[in-house]
Amino acid sequence: MRIPGSMLFSSRYRLLQKRLHPITKEWGLTFYVLRHSKLAVVGGLTALAFIFIALFGSLLAPYDPISANIQDRFQPPSASHPLGTDTMGRDVMSRMLAGAQHSIKAGLIVLAIAVPLGVLLGGIAGLFGGWIDEVIMRVTDMFLAFPSLVLAMAFSAALGPSLFNAMIALSVVWWPMYARLVRGQALAVRETSYVEAARSRGASSLHIMFKHILPNCLSPILVTLTLDMGWVITAAASLSFLGFGAQPPIPEWGRMVSDGRIYMLRAWWMSVFPGLGIVLVVLGFNLLGDGIRDSLDPKLRRLTEVTWKREKISSSSTD
Amino acid sequence: MRLSTYIVRRVAMLVPVLLGVLVLIFVIAYVIPADPARAWAGPRARAEQVQALEERYHLNDPIYTQIGIYLKNVLLHFDLGVSPTTGRPVRDDLKAFFPATFELAMCAFFLAIALGIPLGVISALRRNRPTDHFSRVVALTGVSTPLFWSALLLQFLFYFKLGWLPAMGRSTIDITRYTGFVLIDSVLNWNWTAFGDAAIHMILPAATLAFYSMGYLVRITRGSMLEILEAEYVITARAKGLPRKIVIYRHALKNAIIPPLTVLGVEFGWLLGGTVLLETIFAWPGMGRYAAGSIVMVDLPAVVGYTLVVAMIMLLSNLVVDILYSVIDPRIRVGGKRR
Repeated sequence: MRIPGSMLFSSRYRLLQKRLHPITKEWGLTFYVLRHSKLAVVGGLTALAFIFIALFGSLLAPYDPISANIQDRFQPPSASHPLGTDTMGRDVMSRMLAGAQHSIKAGLIVLAIAVPLGVLLGGIAGLFGGWIDEVIMRVTDMFLAFPSLVLAMAFSAALGPSLFNAMIALSVVWWPMYARLVRGQALAVRETSYVEAARSRGASSLHIMFKHILPNCLSPILVTLTLDMGWVITAAASLSFLGFGAQPPIPEWGRMVSDGRIYMLRAWWMSVFPGLGIVLVVLGFNLLGDGIRDSLDPKLRRLTEVTWKREKISSSSTD
Repeated sequence: MRLSTYIVRRVAMLVPVLLGVLVLIFVIAYVIPADPARAWAGPRARAEQVQALEERYHLNDPIYTQIGIYLKNVLLHFDLGVSPTTGRPVRDDLKAFFPATFELAMCAFFLAIALGIPLGVISALRRNRPTDHFSRVVALTGVSTPLFWSALLLQFLFYFKLGWLPAMGRSTIDITRYTGFVLIDSVLNWNWTAFGDAAIHMILPAATLAFYSMGYLVRITRGSMLEILEAEYVITARAKGLPRKIVIYRHALKNAIIPPLTVLGVEFGWLLGGTVLLETIFAWPGMGRYAAGSIVMVDLPAVVGYTLVVAMIMLLSNLVVDILYSVIDPRIRVGGKRR
């Protein structure tokens, strides 16, 4: 007996759904949508290139990024120095290649501290409610009541200016947004019937938090995380620009822009190229983040799902 | 709930948050490992001088005593203390610097709204066409460009290379100050040369700030407009034969404008944060530059005063937006379900 392809697929599909976790059930579709958005692919490739440079930039640098070479100072961009040289005769491109790691380190460390903290506090607030919720959310309000850059400046001045302290300062001001996001999601999930079912079965709060609330927060967190990577890199560069972050001779990009500032007329390349580097990286993460957001958007998914299924069936039938 | 009750309740809720902000600032100031009194007194100060400063600013008292003294001064005398580095009362300094920052932030704010919302609407109406791509790229580039870099670049281009616009400061012509806002004062003086001068000085910083903060507005407006355009009542209106233009202006636009309105408070906060960077680059005599300088000098009273004022402005702008929002959309007041 011949079974129509669509029916075969739907039964298999339902099996898949049953076995897998709710969020992981449609990763394939997510990647499919993502792959078909040109801008998201461009953003993703930019981000990957940046990560590659951050990992191996120091090895790729043709010149020493730190030691001075006075007779070569203020060289305009040329074949031997593609992005010119700075006040101390150091190659700007080499410095940028070697300095990429500081930006990505800042992004990773800040998010690695801020996100779990925010998720935990937001989850607790949303799950337990009552006075715990009230206290946590009022503290969050306080942190959100003033511009994060100013707060981070104050923190980093308090701790003493260094790149590491700038990261700590940014982590301290970055968690409230995640707390809000997770709390909102937790409040919504808490009222669903499957959480009620889990509760009546005797599931602990911990179980509900990890099995129901956090998985439901995963996709909005993923989107925010990608977009925030760009934001944190900009914020860290801004702090360094103001003198609150990386100190010389560290070739952090924001610091390089600020170092070249007074030589703008004489050597514009000193500030322009590091800044351009930041723009490209942040743009890359923003494009990727937008792409991920679109790929998780239910409307767009529904539209694409049909083509995705069709392609999947045709590929499985040719196997 | 009536509108007045709603406003009173919201204002009352500001008090604990402001109090918390104050505590937070003091906690930050308290964890400073550096010895602030020594920094203020200078490297050659004798031990007695440092001790006198510590006494005067109650630095040796426990944190709750310090907060208590500060609160008493603020609430009873409206006194923010004396800056140990400039020797002037912080209140007077902030009063002198506030108009410059506020003027800049307001100009950038209205510029961002005037450009961002129409761009978002046009983008949605011409979805996936070149106009849409163009405005999205503009918006995204604006968001992705660090403020300090775009400011430097524009300064370089329009001042050093083209010589069209001034790069530094707020105005070059002296006029009688009534309000502290140069644009308003020059009009009050009926001095149009001064007005033109102030306006020309405003262009670069305001444009940089607006370009940066516009992107978010474009994105939100575009998204909400797209959603509304697919709403059933819009389709119905089109189906019953109303011209597209009327449907867009009378039906869609009115509802699509609400989400962008709600983020205006956040938007203004960004602008205020951005002024710290911008004022440093454009030598703008505002609060942001004052704060950046004070933070470097560990000038605690100045920093605490500045953050308090900024937090107040941010909370108030959020309040205004919320009130505006509840006027437009009465469901907010009635339901109390907003999260």
